Amino acid sequence: MSDVKTSYDLAVIGAGPAGLAAATLAARQGISTVLLDEQPAPGGQIYRSVTETPVRDPKVLGPDYWHGAGLVKPFQESGADYLPGTTVWSVSRNLEIGLSREGAARILPAKHIILATGALERPFAVPGWTLPGVMGAGAAQVLLKSSGLVATGNVVLAGTGPLLWLLAWQYLRAGAEITAVLDTTPRANWRQAMPHMTGFVRSCYIGKGLKLLLDVRRKVKVIGNVTALRAEGDGQVRSVVYRQGNGAEQRLPAETLLLHQGVIPNLNLANAIGCAQSWDDAQRCWTPQTDGWGATTVEGVSLAGDGAGIGGALSAEHQGRLTALDALHRLGRIDRQQRDRDAAPHREALEKARQGRVFLDTLYKPAQDFRVPSDDTIVCRCEEVTAAQVRDAVKLGCSGPNQAKSFLRCGMGPCQGRLCGPTVTEVIADARGVSPAEVGYYRLRPPVKPITLAELASLPKREDEIDAVLHH
Amino acid sequence: MFRRLHDAAGERVPFTVDGRAAEALAGDTVAAALLANGITVCRNTPVSGAPRSPYCMMGVCFDCLVTIDDVGNRQGCQVRVAPGMRIETQDGKREIDR
Amino acid sequence: MSAEQRSDYDVAVVGGGLVGSATAWGLARLGQKVAILDEGDVAVRPSRGNFALVWVQGKGLGMPEYGAWTRRSSDSWGELASLLRDQTGIDVCFERPGGFMPALSEAELEDRANQLKRLHNQQAMLRYDYEIMDRAAVAKEMPFIGPDVAGASYCPLDGHCNSLKLFRAFHTGLNRFGAAYLPNRRVESIEHRDGGFRLTTVGGGEVRAGRIVLAAGHDSARLAPMVGLSAPVRPERGHVIVTEKTAPFLKFPVGYIRQTDEGGVMIGDSFEDAGFDTTVRPGVTSTIAERAVRVFPLLGKLNVVRTWAALRVLSPDGFPIYEQSVTMPGAFVATCHSGVTLAANHALALAPHIAAGKLPEEFDVFSARRFDVPKAA
Ligand SMILES: Cc1cc2nc3c(=O)[nH]c(=O)nc-3n(C[C@H](O)[C@H](O)[C@H](O)COP(=O)(O)OP(=O)(O)OC[C@H]3O[C@@H](n4cnc5c(N)ncnc54)[C@H](O)[C@@H]3O)c2cc1C
Ligand code: FES
Repeated sequence: MSDVKTSYDLAVIGAGPAGLAAATLAARQGISTVLLDEQPAPGGQIYRSVTETPVRDPKVLGPDYWHGAGLVKPFQESGADYLPGTTVWSVSRNLEIGLSREGAARILPAKHIILATGALERPFAVPGWTLPGVMGAGAAQVLLKSSGLVATGNVVLAGTGPLLWLLAWQYLRAGAEITAVLDTTPRANWRQAMPHMTGFVRSCYIGKGLKLLLDVRRKVKVIGNVTALRAEGDGQVRSVVYRQGNGAEQRLPAETLLLHQGVIPNLNLANAIGCAQSWDDAQRCWTPQTDGWGATTVEGVSLAGDGAGIGGALSAEHQGRLTALDALHRLGRIDRQQRDRDAAPHREALEKARQGRVFLDTLYKPAQDFRVPSDDTIVCRCEEVTAAQVRDAVKLGCSGPNQAKSFLRCGMGPCQGRLCGPTVTEVIADARGVSPAEVGYYRLRPPVKPITLAELASLPKREDEIDAVLHH
Repeated sequence: MFRRLHDAAGERVPFTVDGRAAEALAGDTVAAALLANGITVCRNTPVSGAPRSPYCMMGVCFDCLVTIDDVGNRQGCQVRVAPGMRIETQDGKREIDR
Repeated sequence: MSAEQRSDYDVAVVGGGLVGSATAWGLARLGQKVAILDEGDVAVRPSRGNFALVWVQGKGLGMPEYGAWTRRSSDSWGELASLLRDQTGIDVCFERPGGFMPALSEAELEDRANQLKRLHNQQAMLRYDYEIMDRAAVAKEMPFIGPDVAGASYCPLDGHCNSLKLFRAFHTGLNRFGAAYLPNRRVESIEHRDGGFRLTTVGGGEVRAGRIVLAAGHDSARLAPMVGLSAPVRPERGHVIVTEKTAPFLKFPVGYIRQTDEGGVMIGDSFEDAGFDTTVRPGVTSTIAERAVRVFPLLGKLNVVRTWAALRVLSPDGFPIYEQSVTMPGAFVATCHSGVTLAANHALALAPHIAAGKLPEEFDVFSARRFDVPKAA
């Protein structure tokens, strides 16, 4: 694909379904478009390595995965530029993108920016989750998709949410063995989800979902109503200790423990740009605020896909197209009428893809005890800060995550709060007896991904910026 | 431990880890290649010295940090293995000069 | 019954940043019943964004008393650190290995030498040791300096600490002393009644205290006139970069570069008039990074994990303001931009005077009256 231009009408960040769909639609309309992504190949999380996976048997990853190939091909023919292996570490208010590629940083201006940065797995802080051998179910899925690797020995899956079951199913298809699935879905969730059943029944999820669940339950030992969980081992996980309901502690041997309790928006970039975000009580996460076209509170920056609130891969795709149409309109390429006309089928498809979402959100809402961990649990993996320390800080009058950060360093490590932010907010909210909305979230700053000091030093500087440092 | 699926095909890529010869499959990231070679622990943390292995495989947790071709603290799950690459597991903080 | 007895607290300190926390801790330590009223989680709080130097070198040109005040704090900083450790178990990692200020050209080195000479030639300046070192002398201490380093000034009194631990130690200590820390209680207005003070906080809450200390940083400008004081401070934006944790390699604080006890390298800083905007400007951080790499080229390989912009609290001449209200003598104001360096003074020297109810004459030079420009005749 062609070399990088010095500026673009539209820059799309993230090559998952949302970003691929957005970039394809926009570039076909003839505006100069670039798609940037950290990964070496297109696909995002769900379609990871779809163009090059070593997993030859299509039955292993399933038809939903291969749907991604149908997004990549039109993208490659759309005329959009594609920069894989490119990390975006900042976007300024005047729409200059700070990126890093092959060890060199540069600034790339655009007239409009679509963030399609997707989701990450919700932190699942339980005692022992930092032990080697414990990883996210999504991480195991990445290993399967891009390297054809599956865990061996005693493999335990624990948690809740569609992705956990999907991974179990894919593992079975691949001929891997699973010792047990520990299901942490709270019993009460079923009752709360029932009223939303009709939407689910009409959705595309039900047929696939039920079949998948039955398949897994037929072949794997599933232990339900798990209310407490921890990993044990010395320098490596050896066993999983759990409790069913109010029952006694039980133990399973495990050399690999795969944890999952849903996904949440990957909002660091949006947060650092200054996009307002709000607390979503149904999905128990922070979500950047967007309008029906994905526009954020920052002029020229829109959001599409799971980064704007979890909706799944199909929703992401349709949202990507809607966001691109709005960008075309804002860039003066199409008028409002055309935007609205062209949007109609995508809106309809989006509505359809969203059906059943409320049911899933309600059913798979993680239990309080797994969002607000016990005292001895490490909540910040980077700085190794425990829940007890966060609670002690609250006792000293610390009222939110930013103050907690300066007291405890939680959120100050290289992951920049991605793996502790949601937990720290919930622990403080719980300790103060207020809502997470009131407690708030970390205020993030660029770079949202580390760059070297030399890269930073190499960037262009304006006269007044130099003066601010050298000649004051 | 991880094993490769029988039908997983591709070119073999030679590299070294802590000086020992090893092999990856073309397309593997450094983190995946280490796991495929039975190396679960890629580093000890700079805070308590506790051992860690890759946790997210998607660039967000920074638990997969290793030294690659003499540059410390690189995210193993974000870098593809290249032929002849020298990978070293890390013990605590990185050094200033590598 | 006296007014003070009817109050909830002996002293209400407005502002829970480093100046307020240090002063409040000093007061609570003397047995005063103290309340600290503070803003919420997201506030303009330079205490969370500072550089953690305990710095003497170069300070006081234009006000030798400030040089002396700084020197005094630096001398009692060790005592503060051990008091805090004894009380809270928190080591604030204070060290005084001496500090270097690098010069990246012969001209810069000469400028520095002249400036330090002028500083020490002032009448009433409390003189201290410093040295102008050439490149070879600097390289003896730090062999990894870059080729552009022409030399440095060095002062054995300079040091640094972990200012976040300092902040936490003060708050832990305040808690142990039984002081009341009241977050999310931004003070809206202050009234002087019956010899005491009534502070109305956001949402209509009320706190009464016999005396008050305004240590609200930027907000002191708004509050001071309510009690017959003035604090004409303005924000000045400064950018800071922090790298990933690195094995110890830098023993000394080097002006705008220092390695923390945790291993990260902090790199500063900038000076801009930008109102209350704390947006990080890449061009500024880039300039800061470039200068640091010229001083220590090895730094170039390190990953930057965070940058931020914080707002210094600056008076018109850059020196602190300490003052007691003439019309309402129970009200005090304390504001400065080197809250880490001066923490020992605020806790151990200023607080006792406030507890006693009277700032002695030596504080007159720090009064904001120095900014009252006489109207042209
Ligand atoms: C690990 C994981 C596995 C999943 N597996 C499945 C599955 O098998 N089936 C399923 O239905 N759903 C799965 N999900 C949910 C699914 O990912 C989403 O519904 C869907 O991918 C959303 O699409 P998207 O385009 O919004 O984001 P994504 O597909 O996540 O794409 C976002 C892209 O942005 C890139 N990116 C992010 N930040 C930057 C940056 N700063 N600079 C450059 N690039 C950046 C990422 O590398 C990524 O390629 C998974 C989620 C996760 C986290
Ligand atoms: S494994 Fe999480 S960043 Fe690499």
